[in-house]
Amino acid sequence: MRFRFQPSHGVIIVLVVLTLLGAWRYDGFLGVYNVQTVLRYNSMFALVALGMCFVIMTGGIDLSVGSVAALASVVSAHLSPYGLWPGVLGGLAAGLAAGLLNSIVITKLKILPFIATLATMLAASGTALLLADNQSVSVSYDTAFTTLGQGDLLSFMRPEWVDAEGAGFFAQILGFILSFPTPAWIALAAYIVGAIALNQTAFGRHVLAVGGGTEASRLMGLPVDRTIFAVYIISGLTAGMAGVILAAQFGAGQPIEGVGWELFAIASVVVGGTLLTGGQGSIGGTLAGALLLGIIYTILNFENGMGWISLSAYWQSVVRGIFLLIVVVLQSRLTRDRAREA
Amino acid sequence: MGLPRMANIAPFLKRYGVFIALALLIIFNLIVTPNFISMRTVSINLSQVCMIVIVGVGMTLVIATGGIDLSVGSLMAIAGALSPMFFTGQLFPLPHLYLGIAAGILFPVLAAGLFGLFNGFLITRFAIQPIIATLILFIAGRGIAQVSTNGDLQVFKVPEFQAIAIGQVLGLPFQVWIMLALVLIAAFVLNKTVFGRQVLAVGGNEAAARLAGVPVTRVKLLVYMISGLCSGIAGLIFIAMNSAADANLIGMGLELDAIAAVAVGGTLLSGGRATIIGTLMGALIIQLVKATLLANGVPDAAALVVKAGLIILAVWLQRQEQA
Repeated sequence: MRFRFQPSHGVIIVLVVLTLLGAWRYDGFLGVYNVQTVLRYNSMFALVALGMCFVIMTGGIDLSVGSVAALASVVSAHLSPYGLWPGVLGGLAAGLAAGLLNSIVITKLKILPFIATLATMLAASGTALLLADNQSVSVSYDTAFTTLGQGDLLSFMRPEWVDAEGAGFFAQILGFILSFPTPAWIALAAYIVGAIALNQTAFGRHVLAVGGGTEASRLMGLPVDRTIFAVYIISGLTAGMAGVILAAQFGAGQPIEGVGWELFAIASVVVGGTLLTGGQGSIGGTLAGALLLGIIYTILNFENGMGWISLSAYWQSVVRGIFLLIVVVLQSRLTRDRAREA
Repeated sequence: MGLPRMANIAPFLKRYGVFIALALLIIFNLIVTPNFISMRTVSINLSQVCMIVIVGVGMTLVIATGGIDLSVGSLMAIAGALSPMFFTGQLFPLPHLYLGIAAGILFPVLAAGLFGLFNGFLITRFAIQPIIATLILFIAGRGIAQVSTNGDLQVFKVPEFQAIAIGQVLGLPFQVWIMLALVLIAAFVLNKTVFGRQVLAVGGNEAAARLAGVPVTRVKLLVYMISGLCSGIAGLIFIAMNSAADANLIGMGLELDAIAAVAVGGTLLSGGRATIIGTLMGALIIQLVKATLLANGVPDAAALVVKAGLIILAVWLQRQEQA
């Protein structure tokens, strides 16, 4: 099979180039502290983007993810005194409930995903504020709950020789990987499951088929409604998990967080090369897209530290917007050329 | 006997549903809510819907063509952040206060209109879906506003400028009159002009409209520009009301309020059928429901949940009519 350049390859290349550029240009760019900070924070967005990717591949959209994450963070913060698992399950249950609401309204009432999830966004936000009594809810530090956001999952298995004087290249790499924060491992696990589900299962084929043509899929006898139902559940669950990490990381359930997350997630998915019309998508590209948008902020910070230019943090949204613009225009060109070839 | 009469009621409900809902809400409030009819209550409720309706006018036209505009809140921020630079003499010394105010109104609104045109350009030239094309300025637009003010809060005290929001004319705030004027103009344009017909034709069936000789590209460019201009005006009202411009806050989340008002008002979200008066009514209904709940001791957060239910109900009813 001839290698065909996919939009998702582009974003991965850009991510690698920017990372290498950062490593070459700035001290400590690939240092443990910086990598931990970037991964810890952006894991939440990566999770939300994963669910969004599945939704968008079916040709839908989920605007509720941000406030669902906020709701989940409040629920898990309330449950955190009972331990790690009650907190996690509570947050996931909140995400599941919101996903279920989206699924039912979209498949049973036949309301456009855009409007259905907009309503869920408002409802989740209202519920979060009600449950939190309009303020942030402190997380219990007596249980293991906060390790979910603040811990480093594999640090316990770090062998001593990794940090020994004159450790080899392999040891350094291993030490680097073992220092990844817990949220990054959670996100990575979710992406692996997601990639397998998309590429190796019948469900994955159905998702792409539904996005490629809903009516055609229905005529072929594919379980269209069940597939659509499932993707909004997935999106609810990933948003719920992101909310749990949010609460664990910042030590509080935050009912007003998550504003604009949905659009950030959509941007990650699009930058990652997934077509917004559905029918084609890349899980790896989405992860790269989320990391790329996250890394821009870090690069701006480091660049300011160099003293050559002084750009305020506000430039990051401008740069992100420009990135999105370039990708979308390229994508439109690419798909048009393909259509002409065909 | 029964059936034909039922059949007559359906179109009646379809046409006047929002009016009936609004009337019922007002009657309910007259009975239950104390001091509902006072000029103050009316004035406050109207001021709160003004920005939503003004942005909603542009949004209605955009949605009528089958599009969507997510960038409205960010465009409000751009206009709102730029304006004080003119009338406080930050950019250049003012020869005359009123000249500064005129510039502070004209240029920011035009800038917002140009950004709207940019949205239209992306959508028509590159065939990018409206939701994504306008997402770009949703993200970057607020950044542009923040960068141009360095993220600082600009406080000002220029009563002559603030009159555009809080000055009273015939007992109502001036912004209410701006809103009414825009609603009337837009309703006239949509219903009585060739351009209005073209907007609906594009939303109804773009390919057919193109074959019928409708200048699809120009129509789309115009509606996104109008949406930008409306956002600009709303942005100025926002800062005039607050006597301060904070790029981080202006128009935050307003895109959703405007879309909700359009949906509740009975405009078809897939395009082809639109009502400007409906959008006004939709915004009023959402505001009145919220005010009713608040006046009767229901917390603000619960009102959000009710609003969500209201949107779903309105859109679901729309679907039932079509079926």
